[in-house]
Amino acid sequence: MSEFLQQLLNGLSLGAIYALIALGYTMVYGVLRFINFAHGDVFMLGAFAGYFLAPKVAQVFPPGSIAGALVVLVTVMAICAGIGASIEYLAYRPLRRRPKLTVLITAIGVSLFIEFTCQHRLVFGASPRTFPELLANKTLHLGGLTLNTNQLVVIALTALLLGGLSFVVQRTKVGTAMRAVAFNEQAAALMGVNINRIITFTFALGSALAGAGGILFAMTYTKIEPLMGVQTGLKAFVAAVVGGIGNLPGAALGGLVLGVVETLAGGVQGLSNYRDGIAFAALILILLFRPAGLLGRAQIEKV
Amino acid sequence: MSLLEVRDLHVNYGAINVLHGISLRVAPKEVVTLIGGNGAGKTTTLRTLSGLVRARSGTVVFDGKPIDSLPPHEIVRLGLGHVPEGRMVFANLTVHENLQMGAYLQRDRAAIARELEYVFTLFPRLKERHRQIAGTLSGGEQQMLAIGRALMGQPRFLMLDEPSLGIAPLLVKTIFAKISEINRERGITVLLVEQNANLALEVAHRGYVLETGRITLEDASPALRANPQVRSAYLGG
Ligand SMILES: Nc1ncnc2c1ncn2[C@@H]1O[C@H](COP(=O)(O)OP(=O)(O)OP(=O)(O)O)[C@@H](O)[C@H]1O
Ligand SMILES: [Mg+2]
Repeated sequence: MSEFLQQLLNGLSLGAIYALIALGYTMVYGVLRFINFAHGDVFMLGAFAGYFLAPKVAQVFPPGSIAGALVVLVTVMAICAGIGASIEYLAYRPLRRRPKLTVLITAIGVSLFIEFTCQHRLVFGASPRTFPELLANKTLHLGGLTLNTNQLVVIALTALLLGGLSFVVQRTKVGTAMRAVAFNEQAAALMGVNINRIITFTFALGSALAGAGGILFAMTYTKIEPLMGVQTGLKAFVAAVVGGIGNLPGAALGGLVLGVVETLAGGVQGLSNYRDGIAFAALILILLFRPAGLLGRAQIEKV
Repeated sequence: MSLLEVRDLHVNYGAINVLHGISLRVAPKEVVTLIGGNGAGKTTTLRTLSGLVRARSGTVVFDGKPIDSLPPHEIVRLGLGHVPEGRMVFANLTVHENLQMGAYLQRDRAAIARELEYVFTLFPRLKERHRQIAGTLSGGEQQMLAIGRALMGQPRFLMLDEPSLGIAPLLVKTIFAKISEINRERGITVLLVEQNANLALEVAHRGYVLETGRITLEDASPALRANPQVRSAYLGG
């Protein structure tokens, strides 16, 4: 039992990171109807930004302090927001009126470009690096459970970010405009919405969350390398699809489900090598029964 | 001096020419209708005026300012509202949020609240349903919402594309009465596109007849209604 709870907790903290990344895929899909395959690489860049930033911040704030960790997190989120918005501006905007397939292939190109540029020895190099300890990680024993404080930080921070995102999307003017653009871009333009600005904002917001995901991932797993966004990004994308692509709560839910299923499968004796296979099989099953995803509607009606 | 002046507008979709040089003008406080059969190019005309479609050539001057190369959101800012064909309400937003979107460019909170009150007195049904998701409104209610939403932008010039489409006759009468009211009480200039020429010519001061991308007739409403060609083609004999 406690073994199960333990794995559940591990799964949730992994799923929280998937959720943070999945939101970016689903938001961009919502407004532009295409998959930004470079999104996983923004996650990676977030981790590296944190890697280079942490020692500088540690000169000002005591190492391992909450204030220092927050400064790193917020700065990295801002940097990633800028990166995401720039990718859109440079790579996707010129193709706005082109077929979606063109943009999709461009996204794959951008992704490969970032990955292989970063692997160059003059950039990050291909070998893994050890992420500095941002927060003093303590191990707690609670009943039969072993938790480390980092896991709790991951879960709490993700909850906070999801709450913030939900507020922005549901309660603010720019969030309402995002939903309007996602539903009908032309009608939104007739309200006076500058579509390009909303698209920039959407990329920035999603990328900031991916940056936060990068930091949390690096804090938890400590090894970072330029290709770390490939598999994690793919999984987050699948999580977004499982949740119902274009649906924000769906992306969060899909991420958590994927993290938990994957971790539980990995915890079973003799199955741990198949954890990804089992996780993906479970997701395929979900999609068989709910083709539009857990929270997706079959097809949003467009008048 | 006209509020809107369109000169020799040519519009094409790829290889298909849809508007072959149309010209029209609308004076301040006027209600003008553009009537014509299916595929004549009425919707294309309005979409070009609000910047959703680019003209190949020709000019559109609004309040003395050329607007034919401006993006839609800047055209809206100048006071040109557009209730599009098929209503295009944001079905995923509530009625209230739709109206808020209409006021997207407005900064003055008091003015927004006033405008909201006005829309609610115009269409009390919207007030009753302001927490409802717009996609679940009936067709007629969605039309009211689309008009209300455009009014929230406090336009000086309002274009309506077939507000009678798919709506029961009784409600159509109400909606047309409201359009007149908006024009009289608010002094908003109206350009009304309609297939229901009878009704359109009742509320409009003047009208243009558009046939396959060309303006073929232009006159005061009573004259158009008396015109034998118009009678046989658009007024059912
Ligand atoms: N996006 C488009 N691509 C290609 N052709 C188009 C497009 N939109 C409209 N058309 C064509 O342009 C012509 C004029 O269309 P438009 O919608 O302006 O007509 P309309 O007068 O509004 O007709 P209706 O009364 O049926 O709404 C039609 O022949 C139509 O098929
Ligand atoms: Mg039309």
